[in-house]
Amino acid sequence: MTPSRLSRRKMLQAAGALAGTGGFLRLAIRPAAATPEMMQEAVRNAVGEAPIKKGKVKIDLPPLVENGNSVPCTVSVDSPMTRADHVKAIHIFNEKNPQPNVISVQLGPRAGRAAFSTRIRLADTQTVTAIAEMSDGTCWSDDIYVIVTLAACIEEPN
Amino acid sequence: MARALIHVPATAKRGEIIEIKTLISHVMETGYRIGVTGAPIPRDIITDFVCTYDGEKVFRARLFPAIAANPYITFFTVATASGTLTFSWTDQHGATQVQTAAITVE
Amino acid sequence: MAPRRPKDRAPRRPKDRAALLVIASLVCSTAFAADIPLEQRRSDDAFVSADTRAMQDDDTANPGMLAVLDGETLWQEKAGASGKSCADCHGDAAKSMRGVAVRYPAVLSGQDHPVDLEERINMSRVADQKAAALPFESKNLLALTVYVARQSRGLPIAVADDTRSHTFIAAGRALFNNRQGQLNLSCAQCHDDNWGKRLAGNLVPQAQPTGYPIYRLEWQELGSLQRRLRNCMSAMRAEPYPYEAPELVDLEYFLMWRARGLTMETPAVRP
Repeated sequence: MTPSRLSRRKMLQAAGALAGTGGFLRLAIRPAAATPEMMQEAVRNAVGEAPIKKGKVKIDLPPLVENGNSVPCTVSVDSPMTRADHVKAIHIFNEKNPQPNVISVQLGPRAGRAAFSTRIRLADTQTVTAIAEMSDGTCWSDDIYVIVTLAACIEEPN
Repeated sequence: MARALIHVPATAKRGEIIEIKTLISHVMETGYRIGVTGAPIPRDIITDFVCTYDGEKVFRARLFPAIAANPYITFFTVATASGTLTFSWTDQHGATQVQTAAITVE
Repeated sequence: MAPRRPKDRAPRRPKDRAALLVIASLVCSTAFAADIPLEQRRSDDAFVSADTRAMQDDDTANPGMLAVLDGETLWQEKAGASGKSCADCHGDAAKSMRGVAVRYPAVLSGQDHPVDLEERINMSRVADQKAAALPFESKNLLALTVYVARQSRGLPIAVADDTRSHTFIAAGRALFNNRQGQLNLSCAQCHDDNWGKRLAGNLVPQAQPTGYPIYRLEWQELGSLQRRLRNCMSAMRAEPYPYEAPELVDLEYFLMWRARGLTMETPAVRP
C-alpha cells in the first residue's frame, strides 16, 4: 500500500482545480458530485502513468441496484498469482459519488486468487471501474454501468 | 470495541486456497450527510483493514466513504501453516481494533 | 369486496331497501381489499434481490447478526436492583426463548391490551430485574429483541387469535385498510392489491413481518417493526403514530396474524 499516492492533499488539489471559483467553497460545505474528470485524476494518482488496457479484470455489480446504500461488489482478476506473475493491487473507482475512490486493495502471491468482495455505496446511476496493477507493471481494467434509483418510499430521517 | 464477525475455515489442507469473510459493525459516516441541524455530520470511517497470517500481511485494503456501513470484506488466501490469522481495522482517528481466528493446516 | 346480494333476494319494502343500501355503502366504503389467499402469501424476502437474500442467508454477511451478538452479551449482563441477568432466570435463550417471538404481540393475562416483543422485554426488565426500561428503538433494546426473536428463526408465526385478541386484530385490520395522509392511501392498496408490482426500482412486497427486527439497507442499521410502520406512514405523507402507540401495536398484531403460519426469519435484510 502506498498511502501517499492516494493522499487527501492530492484529492483536494484535484477537486479544487476542477471546481474553479466558488465551486471549491461549495465543495467544502456539501461537495458536488464527482465528475468523470475527477475519477481520471484519482486513477492516475493510484496507478501512475501506466497505460490501462481492458481485460483480465471482471467487476460484478447488480445492473439495477435495489438500494444505493449497500451494493454488493465483486472484483476478480485472471492471474496465476505466482511470485513471478501476480496482481499487486486492485482499485475501484466511481464517477458520480462525491469522491471517486471506493476501495484500494493490496494483494500478493499469498492470496492464491485475485478476487475480493465488499459492499459499496452508489449515489446515482453511473459507471463503476476496477483497475488491477500487475507485478509486471501493466494495468488492466473493467467497468460496469449500474442503475441506481431512489428508494420507492422516501421517508424522513428517523 | 466494535462487534466483528469473522469466518475462517477451522481446518484446511496445505496449499489450499481458502475464503475469508469479515464483517465489522461501523457506521462509516461519509461526512456528506446533512444532519437535522443543517450542518454536515462529520466523517467517521474505517480507513484501513489488514489481515496478517503466517508472518506476512496477506491482504490490505484502504477504505473510502463509498464503502457501505458495517463493512463486509471477503478475500482469499493460501493455507500455508497452522496458526492465528490477525485482522485489524483502523479508523481515520488512528484507533485500531484487532481480532484473531485460528486455523489448523494439515 | 363485499359480496353483492343476488337480485331476487332484495327486500321489497322501500324502508328495508334503504336501510340495506346504507349498510351496503358502509360496508363498501370500508370494504377490505380481499385478504391475500393463504397459499399465495410469501415472505417479503421473495420480493428482494437475490443479493439481498444471499446477504440475509449468510450469518457472516448479515449485519443483523452483529446485533444478535450484542444481544447475547446483554442477555448475560446483570441489570437493575435485582442484580440479575436475563440468563439468571431464563438460562440458555436458545431453549427458553425458542417459540416466544412468534407469539407476539399478545394480550397477557391480567392485561387489557396487547404488547409487542419489545414491550414484553421491558416489562421483564422493570418488574423482574428492577431495572429501568430501555428506551424504545435504542440500540440495546433492539439488540435484546433481535436476540430473542432470532431464537424463533425457522418457526411458524403463531399469534393468538381468540376472544381476548379479537378486538385488537380487528382494530389493526381497520388501520391497515384505512386511507390516510396526503396521498389518501391505505396499506392495503399497496400490500394487498398491488404486491408483486414495481414501485420505482423495488418490488412491492406483501408486508409480512416475518423477520423483525430487520437490518434495513435504507437505514444502514437494525430497526423495529414500529419504526418501519412509522417510516411507511411518513412516506405516505401521513402523520405517523408515536412509538409505542396502541395503534402501532394493534397494527403489528393484525400484521402478525395476517402472516400466521409463515416462517420467522429474524434478522431479515430488507432494502
